[in-house]
Amino acid sequence: MNLHTLTLSEAREKLDKKEISSVELTTEHIDRLKTLDEKLNAFLTVTEAEALEAAQKADDRIAAGESTPLLGIPYALKDIYLTKGIRTTAGSHVLEDYIPQYTATSVEKLEKAGAVLLGKNNQDAWAHGSSGENSDFGSTKNPWNLEYVPGGSSSGPAAAVAADMAVFSMGTDTGGSIRQPASLTNTVGLKPTYGRVSRYGVMAMASSFDTMGHFTKTVKDSAMVLSVTAGQDKKDGSSSPHPIDTYTSDLGKSIKGLRVGMPKEYFIEGMDPKVRETVETAIKKLEELGAEIVEVSLPYTDYAIGVYYILQTAEVSSNLARYDGIRYGNPRSFFGDEAKRRIMLGTFVLAHGYYDAYYKRAMKIRTLIKQDFEKAFEKVDVIATPASPTTAWKIGEKANDPLAMYLSDIFTVTGNVAGVPGLSVPAGFVNDLPVGMQLFAPMFAEKLLFNVGHQYEQATKWYERKPNL
Amino acid sequence: MGGFLFIIDLTDMTKINVKHIAKLAALPLSQAEEEKFEKQLEAVLTHIEKLSEVDVQNVKETSQVTGLHDVERQDEVEPSLYQAEALMNAKHIHNGLFEVPVIIEEAVE
Repeated sequence: MNLHTLTLSEAREKLDKKEISSVELTTEHIDRLKTLDEKLNAFLTVTEAEALEAAQKADDRIAAGESTPLLGIPYALKDIYLTKGIRTTAGSHVLEDYIPQYTATSVEKLEKAGAVLLGKNNQDAWAHGSSGENSDFGSTKNPWNLEYVPGGSSSGPAAAVAADMAVFSMGTDTGGSIRQPASLTNTVGLKPTYGRVSRYGVMAMASSFDTMGHFTKTVKDSAMVLSVTAGQDKKDGSSSPHPIDTYTSDLGKSIKGLRVGMPKEYFIEGMDPKVRETVETAIKKLEELGAEIVEVSLPYTDYAIGVYYILQTAEVSSNLARYDGIRYGNPRSFFGDEAKRRIMLGTFVLAHGYYDAYYKRAMKIRTLIKQDFEKAFEKVDVIATPASPTTAWKIGEKANDPLAMYLSDIFTVTGNVAGVPGLSVPAGFVNDLPVGMQLFAPMFAEKLLFNVGHQYEQATKWYERKPNL
Repeated sequence: MGGFLFIIDLTDMTKINVKHIAKLAALPLSQAEEEKFEKQLEAVLTHIEKLSEVDVQNVKETSQVTGLHDVERQDEVEPSLYQAEALMNAKHIHNGLFEVPVIIEEAVE
């Protein structure tokens, strides 16, 4: 049996029926990642011994009759989540030998739920990037074509799930860093509402934008993971007291009569026309399933990248100020180019004399972008867009043009600026490279995203297509 | 009434003094890096100029998207790190303390 191809919910069923053990499932994933990762470079650290020990414990709990969504399921973590005693680098040479003294809240929850950590994933250093090329430990390759980027900044987590090396993986999404790589790798990527999942113990990039989400093979799997990670945390003051939903309970619900908004600002000149066509076909599929397609407008979309690159870099410059090489890590000369660019841009926009023109103005336009979504959601239940204006591109293609790289996030950053949840669902292929459809919902309506995403997925089953590795 | 539309012209502000900014941010840069970053950052700032088109009069700033504010928690004493744990990642320690670079060379009167 090919245990590595199992989805989370399939693995759950087999574990509960005792058809397989977590040790078997974990061993197969470790074997697979050992064979494949030489090509893909999706892992920076593999925690084989700890994984087998955790798998054995999970098997004992299953034998004792316990059945919870993630018990015994092997997963991987972007290397920006702190793991006590396990090296955590954020993909940067600054932290190449850093061993955290504590564990992130979300990881503690996964551990408690019995999920089995396989290792730590490669990423753009400090989560700065859209291709994985900004990692100080070399690019992660796209499993669909090894000459192409997997997207970023959660490059390793996306590749790990796309290549069946992990059943699910945790990433972070500050401007699209989960949804964009998910769309480039035929995986399901969730960016939860801001504050839905605790940020505690995850290295801060831009604190008012950072969200902790995940990659899975199916939408149902995504709902199962959120059911464990969601919730308020007293250690993260911005985590929300909003009640947690039963995320899997509406998966089977028909979307007949559901109003799906199609914002004209997301179907524009300059994007790959074939990607546009693919996503339009996907939206038509929603219509066939009974949804009503409504044209909506999010008029301030065009300013989102500008707003984002002021506010985000300002927060980056402040958050990365702590890395002085004194208590941990290497000196600041170890920062890579992209971190240096962002620190400087952030320092500049916050500097005396520029603050009002840049930072304050951007915070006001952030309000207008947020209101765009609020107004649209008065007319529609969800919004459907492409997750990325293009499919994956060749490694090196945008490496010397930071602005071109920043613009690859145009369809995802708005979600972080406004704080709303977004889900990228596999929607087809262009020249054998994956395309993702992004769904936005109002704040804390993740359950609705899973409902719509699952209905679409069941009607199309793009996730069943696998890369040739 | 004769409203005064206040639009800031950012075009003159796109010059970035990389040398100065790098010093503020404590980033050691080479001459070649300064030149490269200046060009790249100016391209980004030119794109950002677009924001000056937007009328933001009477618009409030957003800094917390879900609207939470003044979140408090109990100030409880909890176990913390042992000294050895706290120091375990430091490259330079001295007598159980972090060693830091000299900041002030001479005592000031």
